[in-house]
Amino acid sequence: MPDPFDSILYKYVYCTLSSTDDVACVGSGLFGGGLLPGGLEWLAYVLTAVTIVAVLINAILGGVLMMIWGERRLLGRFQGRTGPNRWGPFGLLTPIADAVKTMFKEDVMPTVSDRLVFTAAPILMLFPALLIYAVLPFGAGTWLADINVALLFIIAIGGANVLAIVAAALGSGNRYAMFSAMRSVAMLISYEIPLVISLIGVLMLSGSLSLVAIVNAQTLPFFIVQPLGFFVFLVASMAELNRTPFDVAEAESEIVAGYMTDYSSMKFGLFFLSEFAATIATSGVITAVFLGGWHGFDPIPSQLWFIGKMVAVLAVIVWVRASWPRLRIDQIMNFAWKALFELTLINLIVSGILLLIWPSPSTTELWYMAGINWGVFLASIYIFGKVLGPKHDPVKAGNIQPDVTLSDSDAPALPTGGGD
Amino acid sequence: MPLKTEPITINVGPQHPSTHGVFRMRVTFDGEEVIDVEPIFGYLHRGSEKLAESRTYTQIVTLTDRMDYVASMTSNLSFILSVEKLSGIDPSPRGVWLRMIAAELQRIASHLVATGFFLQDLGTLGTPLIYMMRERETILELFERLCGARITNSYMRPGGVFMDAPDDFWPALDRFLADMPHRIDEYEDLISGNEIVAVRCDGVAVVDSQTLIDASITGPMLRASGIDWDLRNRQPYEYYDRVKFNRPLATASDNYARYIVRIHEMRESLGIIRQCLEQIEPGPVRPESVPFLIRPPAGDSYVGTESPKGELGFYLVSDGGVAPYRCKVRAPSLINLTLLREMLIGDKLADLFVTFGSIDINMGEVDR
Amino acid sequence: MIYGFGLAKGMGVTLKALVGPSFTVQYPDRRVGIMGAAKAAGISTPSLLFKHPIKALRAVLGFEHIAVMPTQSPRFRGNNFTWYEDRCTGCASCAKYCPLGIIKIVTLPGGINVQEGESYAIETFDIDTGRCMFCALCVEACPYDALHMGSEFERSNYVRMDLVLTKEDLIAAPKHPSTWFRPQMEEAGYSPFAEALEDMKKAGRHETPTVDELTKTWVKDRRTDEVVED
Repeated sequence: MPDPFDSILYKYVYCTLSSTDDVACVGSGLFGGGLLPGGLEWLAYVLTAVTIVAVLINAILGGVLMMIWGERRLLGRFQGRTGPNRWGPFGLLTPIADAVKTMFKEDVMPTVSDRLVFTAAPILMLFPALLIYAVLPFGAGTWLADINVALLFIIAIGGANVLAIVAAALGSGNRYAMFSAMRSVAMLISYEIPLVISLIGVLMLSGSLSLVAIVNAQTLPFFIVQPLGFFVFLVASMAELNRTPFDVAEAESEIVAGYMTDYSSMKFGLFFLSEFAATIATSGVITAVFLGGWHGFDPIPSQLWFIGKMVAVLAVIVWVRASWPRLRIDQIMNFAWKALFELTLINLIVSGILLLIWPSPSTTELWYMAGINWGVFLASIYIFGKVLGPKHDPVKAGNIQPDVTLSDSDAPALPTGGGD
Repeated sequence: MPLKTEPITINVGPQHPSTHGVFRMRVTFDGEEVIDVEPIFGYLHRGSEKLAESRTYTQIVTLTDRMDYVASMTSNLSFILSVEKLSGIDPSPRGVWLRMIAAELQRIASHLVATGFFLQDLGTLGTPLIYMMRERETILELFERLCGARITNSYMRPGGVFMDAPDDFWPALDRFLADMPHRIDEYEDLISGNEIVAVRCDGVAVVDSQTLIDASITGPMLRASGIDWDLRNRQPYEYYDRVKFNRPLATASDNYARYIVRIHEMRESLGIIRQCLEQIEPGPVRPESVPFLIRPPAGDSYVGTESPKGELGFYLVSDGGVAPYRCKVRAPSLINLTLLREMLIGDKLADLFVTFGSIDINMGEVDR
Repeated sequence: MIYGFGLAKGMGVTLKALVGPSFTVQYPDRRVGIMGAAKAAGISTPSLLFKHPIKALRAVLGFEHIAVMPTQSPRFRGNNFTWYEDRCTGCASCAKYCPLGIIKIVTLPGGINVQEGESYAIETFDIDTGRCMFCALCVEACPYDALHMGSEFERSNYVRMDLVLTKEDLIAAPKHPSTWFRPQMEEAGYSPFAEALEDMKKAGRHETPTVDELTKTWVKDRRTDEVVED
């Protein structure tokens, strides 16, 4: 059972509030500690939790605002144009303008809809996104809770956004919304399996489901040791987040806004917010599990390392969004079941075999495992590309003959239509 | 026990981000697969052909600008050629060369718009679109130097063009010609080799060439099925018989083939402009004998020209007055649109808009 | 090659665009730092610091803007028509030739302007720029080079009736004629963005053909043309 006093946030706030005799609290409380009279440790516990949660939620929302700015600015730069730069220096106040605009819009509710489900859907979407932050370690000793089934908790919570999308679509009573919900439900539940299985390799290496223990076990970051698992987890989580190339749920050019079509004002704002919050949370999980969490070189504090790595993952996600078109739903399903599922099974088997050879590996043994795993990764990508990829090169199949210059004398006879 | 399913009809309404203008389709789906399409157009009908009956020929040039509003120069050109044939005016050589340069520049601009929005409908969220709009900006600035307006030009007149190009046009054109091939290479790097684009567009909406010929389809759609039919080559107008150019052909006749044919046609247009620059001579851009108000003799004329979307032609009937008796437009977008139902049946929802974008429709031309 | 290489190439193109310059024209104004503010004022950065310290401070904090206009060519067919009333005879060729019929001319008989010979006294000369499509056929029609296109495009208004340019507006407006269909102005190297052109003599005239040239074109040459059949 992890010790709650490992979290420095918890330690400081709890020791400030409660007057307990716990040895961990000696000299740790601000203002001398013991603001509440003795016997009220349960109240101190509750107040500590509420305080940290309040701070965390505000920090998350601040992070979402930064992400809105960052994504729009980065997308603009990838497209060769300046992003938003009017409000505030470098456009940093743009998300505030967005938020104010969203709040002041008229809240439209279609008549053909189920009011309770319609209103509940955005709230249902927000809860899972926010809950993941409870177990993320933001730095050495900086977390809200270190439960020893953290990964299981994250996976269980992450599956709840399926319900929210279906609720949104059914509550709208709109055919476009129904289309997008059908597609996205199929996609989301299909991509849960590669998501989970790719984490099992990491679980075997670290021996624990707790995120703090996983970070502590990464003497070598796990994206080097388990490249196949990292690749599959990255792709599957982009699908879970409904990001390009998997954004069929809100394919803007086809079904306008998909399940969000009928939402306006703050309900739409909540959808938007929860999508970005989930993106940041998922990149936090990727950082903790695969990129080595808060490990880094000394003069820079560990919290900054974690946030820096998270921003790097977010930048890659936005980069992918700017560069590639989206896939069709049947191609997405093919990709999940024919490619990703097999790749995760290969990863599982190979990791299992390697752990039989080197149980509880040291850093050098991790390098050996990394070498073998990279070989398996490249070989399997190559083989899968050959087997599942297109059977012909489309450029050659398009059969461009750019050197054709016919003079009229050797023009071939044109096929005639039915009747002259 | 089989599941009971029901087809669903949705209305892809006039207001939609991807219908390239105001176009409405009632599509019936069985799951994700299209089983019926009913196109409904006419939302942009402005009565251009009727208006043309009470306008003089020079005033109709302003109407033709606005029919295919992304390719004004080629619409102007087609109309002017028909007027010249009707009234027997012989255009002056420098005017003809300038018209060819303007038409080929417009072809590049129109293909940039077509390809950019095709890729936007694929879901690229605007990156290749913005790159192509950047190039189109350069072309539109060239047009502004040439004739004062970027999109609705009204540059051409019977007998030639309106005004000679200013001196600062030629260096700007040279800079554009030097820069554009690298940009097209950039587009190819970004898109043509992209596996997702290949998987989305390859083998989708294949039409065989006999169906295309039966439906009078022309333009890049026809050339993407392997038939070498380009009016600049088959029925040369202007001085297209004095320049050499290739017609890119593809045999697959799917969305990818149509896209790649347009990319290669852009390169060929650059070659044509270079050859025009070599052969253009100083001189008047319009013969002196062309009257201010043209009264062609009674008769009719039709000249088919190769616009970026297909064969564009104006059938003009004159009764000797200053305005035509009838002006009928053979709009390639409308003719190409008639095959939409056959192309879409059997495809998925996601391919609906991609296919529609690959045909390259302009609603201003469809509805006139 | 390994499957997925095309995707990586695409990402390389966007990465190159990320680190390259952006091509946005930040119209109407662009925020500048201290060196940009100095360049806009035409002085060096240290002298900006000493002579205008407040402006330097605003530039550093990000409050200083400079105006940006998109590039326009001298032939740009813009709003704010240029009309030389001394040259206008009230012949209404422009009104007849406009495809939309937005020019309204009301004249009174009487020889007021005798520079062009007999001309009408113009009571009303309205151009409805709210419906104008800037095709410049009116400019092409004017035989006396009295009407020219303008060069502006920033003329939005809150009231639709204010978009009608009346005779007084046209007389009082600063004259920046576009060089569209006025080759004499182009040969003189005039640019409407440099200066106004109040003196109509500087606007020049198209060379009018002489009577002999006109006779040759319209009478003598035509007699040798084929007779057109019905």
